[in-house]
Amino acid sequence: MSGLPGFLIDDRLHFPSCPSQGGQRFLVEMAAPLTLLLVLAVTIRAALFRSSLAELIAERVEVVSPITAWKRVVEGLALLDLGVSPYSGDVFHETPLIIYLFHFVVDYAEITFMLDIKTTLTFTDLSLMLFQFRKQKFALEADRYPLDCLELIRSPKEMYYIPLKVAMFYLLNPFTILSCVAKSTCGLNNAVVALFIFSTIKGNTLLSAIFLCLATYQSIYPLTLCAPAMLYLMQRQYIPVNFRRASFWWFIAQYLFMYLGSLFVLICLSFFLLGSWDYMPSVYGFILSVPDLTPNIGLFWYFFAEMFEHFRLFFLCVFQINVFFYTIPLSVKLKEHPVFLIFMQLAVISIFKSYPTVGDIALYMAFLPVWSHLYRFLRNTFLVSCVLLACSTLFPVLWHLWIYAGSANSNFYYAITLLFNVAQILLVSDYFYAFLRREHHLTYGLYLKRKDGSEATLVLK
Amino acid sequence: HYAAAQKQAEPAVLQPTPQPKDDFQEELVVRPLHSGDIYASFQFRTLWETDFMRGNKVSHYRLFPKSLGQVISKFSVRELHISFTQGYWRTMQWGQPYLPSPPGAELWVWFQDSVTDVDATWKELTNVLSGIFCASLNFIDSTNTVQPSASFKPLGIGNVTDHRFLRYATLPREIVCTENLTPWKKLLPCGSKAGLAVLLKSEKLFHSSFHSQAVHIRPVCQDWQCKTTSWELRQTLNVVFDLHNSGQGKREWSLFKMFSRTLTEACPLASSSKIYIDITDNPEQFELSPATSLLSQAMVLGDRRTFSVYDLTQQDTFGSVRSLNLLIRWKSTEGDMLRPLLHAERYVAGYGLQTGEIHTLMYNHHPYRSFPVLLLDSVPWYLRLYIHTLTVTSKGKDNKPSYIHYQPSKDRVRPHLLEMLVQLPPNSVTEVTVQFERALLKWTEYTPDPNHGFYVGSSVISSLVPSTVAMDTNSTRERPLFSSFFPCKEESSYFVRVYTEPLLVNLPTPDFSMPYNVICLTCTVVAVGYGSLYNLLTRSFQIEEPSPGLAKRIANVIRKMRGVPPL
Repeated sequence: MSGLPGFLIDDRLHFPSCPSQGGQRFLVEMAAPLTLLLVLAVTIRAALFRSSLAELIAERVEVVSPITAWKRVVEGLALLDLGVSPYSGDVFHETPLIIYLFHFVVDYAEITFMLDIKTTLTFTDLSLMLFQFRKQKFALEADRYPLDCLELIRSPKEMYYIPLKVAMFYLLNPFTILSCVAKSTCGLNNAVVALFIFSTIKGNTLLSAIFLCLATYQSIYPLTLCAPAMLYLMQRQYIPVNFRRASFWWFIAQYLFMYLGSLFVLICLSFFLLGSWDYMPSVYGFILSVPDLTPNIGLFWYFFAEMFEHFRLFFLCVFQINVFFYTIPLSVKLKEHPVFLIFMQLAVISIFKSYPTVGDIALYMAFLPVWSHLYRFLRNTFLVSCVLLACSTLFPVLWHLWIYAGSANSNFYYAITLLFNVAQILLVSDYFYAFLRREHHLTYGLYLKRKDGSEATLVLK
Repeated sequence: HYAAAQKQAEPAVLQPTPQPKDDFQEELVVRPLHSGDIYASFQFRTLWETDFMRGNKVSHYRLFPKSLGQVISKFSVRELHISFTQGYWRTMQWGQPYLPSPPGAELWVWFQDSVTDVDATWKELTNVLSGIFCASLNFIDSTNTVQPSASFKPLGIGNVTDHRFLRYATLPREIVCTENLTPWKKLLPCGSKAGLAVLLKSEKLFHSSFHSQAVHIRPVCQDWQCKTTSWELRQTLNVVFDLHNSGQGKREWSLFKMFSRTLTEACPLASSSKIYIDITDNPEQFELSPATSLLSQAMVLGDRRTFSVYDLTQQDTFGSVRSLNLLIRWKSTEGDMLRPLLHAERYVAGYGLQTGEIHTLMYNHHPYRSFPVLLLDSVPWYLRLYIHTLTVTSKGKDNKPSYIHYQPSKDRVRPHLLEMLVQLPPNSVTEVTVQFERALLKWTEYTPDPNHGFYVGSSVISSLVPSTVAMDTNSTRERPLFSSFFPCKEESSYFVRVYTEPLLVNLPTPDFSMPYNVICLTCTVVAVGYGSLYNLLTRSFQIEEPSPGLAKRIANVIRKMRGVPPL
């Protein structure tokens, strides 16, 4: 099967008619378990909110970063009440829209808690759509793939529970729960990203651009999701990814216009809300130049605490470019699989961003059940899950030893962040490998033979 | 060199030419403290009727030190207050000092409103002063300079109170020693050759519980009409000698015991040279020798004090031995010290290196009057204050400050500034708490001994405290009845500035020995990420074919050279 027919097949798959019907059926049948799940998730969160643990969790450096900490939002509001610009200091780094949003709803601080639910519902809906899409794909493609590949393609029955699993993975993920109980505004960012993915998959170009712009406005990095969004929407609208076609460029221009237009509106709105551009260096400068070296689960803090002064700018550029750089090769490689590209981008952002928290990890982890058909090609699931679990428990232990007991030093905590990030990198590259391998098998058959007829092993060359 | 100055002085007296008039006074106040310690406070005042401003080129200096005069005219300084202090003034043991100062170095300057770039001028000024006083004032930069909005008002004349022209900085870690005293003494007209300044021997002065030396420059009125201004330079030196350390445990002090010198003459350039001994607390219990009949009463810090006065310009003060060695001997240790009405202390609460809480306690010991105080806190940026956690409580109740001026910090640029006006209820403790977070700094930003901790300068509490005289109903008996019904403003309250302890706060530290390791390890992780993605992006899956044997490969090379298809 050559590239072009494959592309055409993919194109024809996106019939927008069926999902609503299927969605209704799903919702009716899944209502009971989903409700149960929601009740369980709400109970856990409510119980933690009321317990004394909530305060402890809200202080954890793994859960809140200088950008997303609720304490800092409250500080920003307090400064606003004192008549001081929240951006005149170096404590508040949220965007102006957030501060005005919370200005009105600060009494209902547990709104973040609702956002989790909202995000999950979006995710559930989203995976539902994906599931519909795959079902059709299955129906259409079943006869075109090599016969022995049938076991690679998920049957509708297998896919049936994916939305529920996604909901479960997000709602019951300890990372999400912690981040929610700490009232980290990361939940808000996750909700915006989820809404962006949802509207993209629904095919709503305008909403997709608007939500992407909101996500970018919140924390720059989602900018890289622009590429998968455009690729997906072009697939849906049967626009070939061809640099010589005018329709391709027209679509890109349209999307960018909507995206940049809404970004412009947001930035101007922020300017008029505050009457100054102070927030630009305080929000975006803060994200890009990493002045706050408070320990977190990322790679930046210790690296830049120990950096030689004359190399600082160089490495800062290298590390920041690193986050954005993967967009181009990944988009080229995965141009026919934009949803997987979104997953990859989210993972890369959450690993390499300047102030990562566990909430960011929870976002891309919610996607894992969607790729359940890749499980047979994953190579080091056991290792990765062990390392992730061990690191998650070691974080608070070594933090205590360093900060409170004084019996360890910063190197201990740093070592764990390194290991944690290596595990995440392994996880992501493993999924990427499995995805590419499955694609290869879908084209060439599952049981490959050598020229001499013996059983072949696949290698990367 | 004062002899030369004296020669200059003579024609100034003889000729009626309008030489700018200047005047020098010196004074020593000795206050025996209840703890048995002794407090000596020197003041040297130089007044000069001149005008440094308006392009006036002042080149002829007599009593006024040229180095400071040039500083005033070059940097357009309106007021300059600088103090160097070693040790902490224990208010509850010693009462209020005549001139309060925080531990370490403190500098506050009001600039003329003609200064356009105040920050640059300030930076230059601190560097110059650093040279003049041999102190590390050059470490004053934007990260420890604040512009208080209310706490530091000009002490001289002039009504410009725009705090844009005010700069305030403290260096709580500054250690004061001989090298700061010597340049300070050189500013005196008589140096340390004559007058009270001969007592200032560094080996004794620094062997004390508390040592503080200061320079205050301000414009003052020339006459009661205040048409022209003169410049006043006050050099003060306060020292507290410890009963056990310097006094060998005996409640008996003499000038010789304190300073290992006696006085033989006044500074010839001084128009007035006096020693005051505070005998208010127990006039019968002291034995002063030589005795003096000269008594003086003055309102000091809201209290009416009685002093025995020795005038050094009178020859008979020195007696037949031509030398004055004042001796103060306690006959009994009875008597109570008047409790200071305002007192403050401060500490850091919490454990661990992540967060903490600063507690400031302000005591109002007045039995029935409440009074407002201005609290100024300047906290370095690496302790991130959370102003929403600020609480002010007195007597278990929330005490809302009527004025809050808060300027949040900017990382590596400026400190936090918190100023509040709090009403202290009578006979109460007011507690101000605010939480902070400790920042992790870059490894080059730590001091050479990072685990010693970082100093946070004293809080400054400024207040008009109701006078104890007003409290004392007995004092009204001596006065005519018509004069004592309404409290007189001058006597009813007095200005006090109280400094709290500086804080020593530990910050989390990185491991200073491994920048190379960290750079290598982190870059490795990034490279692992890059490498694994690069690997998957650039390669494709292929079926692994067994590689042909060596003989076959050689054969193929030969066949290729021959132009025959390979095997």
